[in-house]
Amino acid sequence: MSSMTPDMPRMLRAVPPPERQPAIESAVLGTLVFIVTEIMTFAGLISGLVIVKANHLGPWPPPDQPRLPIEATAFNTLVLLASGVALYQAWRAYKRRPLEAKRPFALAIGLGLFFVLFQGFEWVRLIGQGLTMTSSTLGAFFYLIVGAHALHAVVAIILLCVFYRRLTRLELQPGTFLAAQVFWFFVVGLWPILYVQVYL
Amino acid sequence: MAESVPAESAHAHDHHDHHEQSFASKYLFSTDHKIIAMQYMFTGLAMGLIGAFFAYAFRMQLAFPGMDVPFWGQVSAAEYNALVTNHGTIMIFWVAMPVLIAAFGNYLIPLMVGCDDMVFPRLNRLSYQIFLLSAIVLIASFFVEGGAFGGAWTAYPPLSAKAEYSLTPLGSSIWVVAVALEFVAFLLGGINFVTTAMNSRAEGMGMYDIPVVIWMIVIASILFMASVGPLVAGAVMLLFDQTIGTNFFDPDRGGDPVLWQHLFWFFGHPEVYVVLLPAMGITADIMAVFARKKLFAYKTILYTTFATGVLSFMVWAHHQFVAGIDPRMAHVFTITTLLISIPIAELCFVYIATLYKGSITLTTPMLWALAFLFEFLIGGVTGIFLGASGADIYFHDTYFVLAHFHYTFFPIAIIGTYAGITYWFPKMFGRMMNDTLGKIHFWGTIIPFNCIFIPLFFLGMGGQHRRIYNYENFPELAGQGMQDLRVFATVALLVMLAFQVVFVINFIVSLRSGKKAENNPWRANTLEWQTPSPPPHGNFGSEMPKVYRGPYEYSTPGREEDFWPQNAPS
Repeated sequence: MSSMTPDMPRMLRAVPPPERQPAIESAVLGTLVFIVTEIMTFAGLISGLVIVKANHLGPWPPPDQPRLPIEATAFNTLVLLASGVALYQAWRAYKRRPLEAKRPFALAIGLGLFFVLFQGFEWVRLIGQGLTMTSSTLGAFFYLIVGAHALHAVVAIILLCVFYRRLTRLELQPGTFLAAQVFWFFVVGLWPILYVQVYL
Repeated sequence: MAESVPAESAHAHDHHDHHEQSFASKYLFSTDHKIIAMQYMFTGLAMGLIGAFFAYAFRMQLAFPGMDVPFWGQVSAAEYNALVTNHGTIMIFWVAMPVLIAAFGNYLIPLMVGCDDMVFPRLNRLSYQIFLLSAIVLIASFFVEGGAFGGAWTAYPPLSAKAEYSLTPLGSSIWVVAVALEFVAFLLGGINFVTTAMNSRAEGMGMYDIPVVIWMIVIASILFMASVGPLVAGAVMLLFDQTIGTNFFDPDRGGDPVLWQHLFWFFGHPEVYVVLLPAMGITADIMAVFARKKLFAYKTILYTTFATGVLSFMVWAHHQFVAGIDPRMAHVFTITTLLISIPIAELCFVYIATLYKGSITLTTPMLWALAFLFEFLIGGVTGIFLGASGADIYFHDTYFVLAHFHYTFFPIAIIGTYAGITYWFPKMFGRMMNDTLGKIHFWGTIIPFNCIFIPLFFLGMGGQHRRIYNYENFPELAGQGMQDLRVFATVALLVMLAFQVVFVINFIVSLRSGKKAENNPWRANTLEWQTPSPPPHGNFGSEMPKVYRGPYEYSTPGREEDFWPQNAPS
C-alpha cells in the first residue's frame, strides 16, 4: 500500500471481474437501513420509560392508575405473531407459485387488522377508566409507545393492502415483497419487547 | 434557488432526454441527482446567509450593547436569544448537513461510483421537498406571535417545554416541527446514499476501489440513521409536553428533564462526526490530487473511520458533566472522550503522510484542504480540555466551549464546503473559477476567522458565560480589557463577512464567463472526472464506465502520465 516503494500498486487487475449481483436487493437494503433508525427510535422511547420507572418513588405501576389489560394483550400479541407467520407462509407460497400466496397474504393482513382494532378497543376502555396522556407518566409513556407502534402497524397494513392488490394482478416484484416482509417482521417482532416493557 | 443554475449547466450534452422539459420539471421537480444536489446546495448556502446575518446581529449587540444594529435595529433580550438559538440551529441543520452530506452526497455518489442516478430517485426528490418545507417552517417561526424559539439549539427542558418560561408559545413548537421535518428529509437521503453506494457501483469497482469521500459520506449517513432515532423520540415527547401538557420532562409530575439531555446528546455527539466525516473525505480526495501522490493508508483510513463511528456513540454524556450525572459515570465518559481523539489524530497524521514528499500545488481547493487540517487540529486539541470532566466543570457554558466548538465546526461546515465547491465547481458548472479571487477570498476568510475565535478562548478562560446578552450588567465581566476583546472579535467577523462578497462575485462571474473547463482539469483519477463537464443526464452517456483500479494511483512508477483514471484499461 505504501506509495513510497517503487513496487507496482497492488490493487491492479488485468481484467475486470464479472458484474456483481448485489448481495442484498436495493429495496430490502433500503428498508433495513430505515429499520435501523426505527429500532433506535424505539430504543430511545423505551430507555425513557426505563429511566422514569427507575426514578419513580413507590410501586410501579402507580396504584392510583387503571390497571393495564395484561392478559387480553397477551392474547393479542399471539394474534400479531400469527400474522407474521402467515406472511412468511405467503412468501414461501409466492416462491412456488405467486397466486398461491393470496390466501396466507390475506390472512396476514386480517390478523394485523384485528390486532390494531383490538388495541383501539383497549384504548377506548382505558381512556374511559381515566388513563390519559396527562394523567401520569405511565399514561404518557403507554400511549406514546403503544401509539408509535400502532402507527407503524397501520402504515404497514396499508402497504400490505397495496401489495396484495399487486399480487392479485401478478405485478408484485420479489424484492418489494421481501422488503414488505422485512418491515412487517420488524413491526411484529418489536411488539413482544414493547409488551414486556410497557405492560409487565 | 435552483433557478440560478444556468441552462447549459445541467443538460447541455443531453443524450438521454429526448423530449423538451419545462423549466419547472427540469429544475424544480427533477429526479436527477445532480439537480437535487444543486437544490440542496443553493438552499443550504442561502440558509447560511441567514445564519451569518444572525451572528452579525448578536455579535454587534455584544460588542456595542444597546446600539442600533444596521439592518436589524435594537436587539432586545428575547431577540438576542432567538438569534443565538436559530444561528446554531440553522448552521448545523440547514447549512452543514444539507451542503456537506446532501449536496455533495447527491452530486458525488452516483458520479464517483459510476452509475446513472440514485437507486430511489423519487425518494430523493421527496427528500429535498421535505427539506425545503422544513426550512420554510423554521423561518416562519420568526413571524409568529411571541417570536422565534430562544432556548438554545440544544432546547433543554423545562425552558423549551413550558411556554411560561420560554415566552415563545408558538415559536418553540414550530422549532421542534421544523427540526423533525429536516430529520425526515435526511433519513430519506441517507437510505439512498447507503443503498446506491452498496448496490450501484460500476462494473469492477470493489469495496476498496470506492473513493474515500464516498465512504465518508456513507459512514456519516449510517451514523446519522443510527443516532437520530432517540432524538426523534425526544422531539415527539417535547412536542407533547409543549402542546398537550404531558409530563415527560416535568420533574414535579414524575418526569425527568435530564432524560432530554441524554436523548439529545445521544444524537448530538455522533452528529459532530456526521458532518466531520464528509469534510474529511473531501479534503482527503483534494490532498491526494494536489499532492500527486497515492493517498496514504487507504484501508487504515477506512478502519479508523469505522472505529470513530463506533466510539462516537459512547461519548455523549461529556456534554452533561454539570447536569448532575453520577461522577463515576463522568469518569467513564471522560475516558471514552479522550479515546476518540486517537482515531481522529490518526487521520490527521495519515493526511500529513499523504502530503509528505508530494509535489504539492497550492491551488485554491488545496489551500482550503490544508486550512481544514490545521484549523481543525486547534479545535481537536482544545476539546481535550473539555473532555476531561475536571477541567470541564470550570469551562462549562463559557466562551471557551463556544470557541472550541467553532474551531471544529467552522473548518467542517465552511472550510470543507469551500474546499468542495472550489474543487468540483468545474465539474458542476463546466467552467473554471478564478484562482486569484479564490485566494483573496481564502486569506480574507481564514485570517479573520482566527481573529474572531482566539480572543473568545481567552474570554472563556476569564469566566465569560455564554448565555448573557449584555455584559454591562455583570461588573466582573464588564471590564475594559474583556470588552476590547469582544469588539476585536466582532470587527474580525465584519471583515470576514465582507470577504464573502468576493466569493459570491467569483461564483457568479465564473458561472457566466469563466474559462471553459475540460473534462478533467485537475488530472484526477476518480470517475466523475472521466465524463463531460458538466455531466449529461445519465452521467456517462451510452457506455457506463468499467473500473480497473483504485482511485488514488498517482505518480505510478513506469507510467508516462502521473495519473491513472480508474476506468482506463491498462
